[in-house]
Amino acid sequence: MTIRVVLPAHLRTLARVGTGEVELEVEGPITQRSILDALEAKYPMLQGTLRDHTTKQRRAFVRFFACQEDWSHESMDAPLPDAVASGAEPFLVVGAIAGGRRHSSSPDESS
Amino acid sequence: MSSVRVLVGTKKGAFILTADGKREQWEISGPHFAGWEMYHLKGSPADADRIYASQTSGWFGQIIQRSDDGGKTWSIPGGGQAPVPGEFPKGASNKFVYEGEVTTHKWYDGTQHPWEFKRVWHLEPSLTDPDTVFAGVEDAAMFKTTDGGATWRELPGLRGAKGKLWQPGAGGMCLHTIVLDPTNAQRIYAAISAAGAFRTDDGGATWKPINRGLKSAYELPDPDADVGHCVHRIAMHPSRPGVLFMQKHWDVMRSDNAGDNWHEVSGNLPTDFGFVIDVHAHEPETIYVVPIKSDHLHYPPDGALRVYRSRSGGNEWEPLTKGLPQTDCYVNVLRNAMAIDKLDSCGVYFGTTGGQVYASSDAGDSWAPIVRDLPAVLSVEVQTLA
Repeated sequence: MTIRVVLPAHLRTLARVGTGEVELEVEGPITQRSILDALEAKYPMLQGTLRDHTTKQRRAFVRFFACQEDWSHESMDAPLPDAVASGAEPFLVVGAIAGGRRHSSSPDESS
Repeated sequence: MSSVRVLVGTKKGAFILTADGKREQWEISGPHFAGWEMYHLKGSPADADRIYASQTSGWFGQIIQRSDDGGKTWSIPGGGQAPVPGEFPKGASNKFVYEGEVTTHKWYDGTQHPWEFKRVWHLEPSLTDPDTVFAGVEDAAMFKTTDGGATWRELPGLRGAKGKLWQPGAGGMCLHTIVLDPTNAQRIYAAISAAGAFRTDDGGATWKPINRGLKSAYELPDPDADVGHCVHRIAMHPSRPGVLFMQKHWDVMRSDNAGDNWHEVSGNLPTDFGFVIDVHAHEPETIYVVPIKSDHLHYPPDGALRVYRSRSGGNEWEPLTKGLPQTDCYVNVLRNAMAIDKLDSCGVYFGTTGGQVYASSDAGDSWAPIVRDLPAVLSVEVQTLA
């Protein structure tokens, strides 16, 4: 299954994927965990940037959205909406907004 | 002809400033890693083209970058390794995992708090092997790589040196300074805020606090405590590795016996609070500090940016002001933000939170800005190239 993922600007730079979405081939049930596993397998440089290496806990200022809903606190193994699983909608990785920036894709003004 | 390469880490990227031995005309490259906090960049003494960089973000964590061509191109040394299905790759270069069971240290309120990795503050490449680097991290610990940054292992003996009593300062509980003894590969010094200074004599297996003589009357219940002192920076001249200089939170200190005992050499400084301290390349008794007014103001006294130089190893200090702003200047100079080159006429460099990098090509007698408008400067290092 081809899944679409939107990454924040800093992580697109790190993964060297330009400005567009990332497409991933994901096997089995489409969950947050299966998407992140596939993302980190394809782009190893992103390991540790979204979730802890060991505990696999989501980093505090990283959020996951699907179909305009915040999935950050949902089970990592819960099935994502069909629209994400079918590739109709992307899975969004979002940096928490800090400060009054117009664009939230680069949440870097308060560090 | 000799040349210099100044490596500048800022809150929004890294910059590389190069000049020939005259150090008058500068080329600026950057920003590298735009938008990321670059806590430290440092070149290998064994291979000038090998540079390591700590790239970090409160959002996305820690990345280690490496250049093998003097900063022209960069790569993530462990990032390209194929993962084993179902497991995290063991080669991830941003993977800093404490050894063994997670222990605790003292929290701000005095309770115990577990160690949590946050970022790499300092990278100290080996003096002899380009693939070996020591990393000082927050929460305070030391890590080591022997494969060019692809994998890192903690030296856990350091946390065994009364780690339960360590407590973070306002800037976090960071290991910010690593000094290698050029005459004894087994001896390493480390400094931690706010735990103090530590030394190993067995290559990092075991460590002991070296804080005797430090006094922290306003910061600690016991001003002479074994650990808990807020050391900001230590420096050494390679020709005399047993002599150490320290800028503590308050007080400029000196040790003549590898840190076993310290005595104060603040002398006639206008204030002995500050962050940086460094030693002249060719005169081991000539040292530099930048006095800062106080721990709650964090800017120079009288709005005047002055480097102070002592030619007597402390106590007697002279202000160096030529070319530095002497009115309305309220920048800070952070602990990793001073460096000294090795040219015959020794060059001194420092960066400010206002984004200026100042250089002196005459050992501090006169100064000029290389750049004025970078993001806040976190670190400055210099490589002297043949």
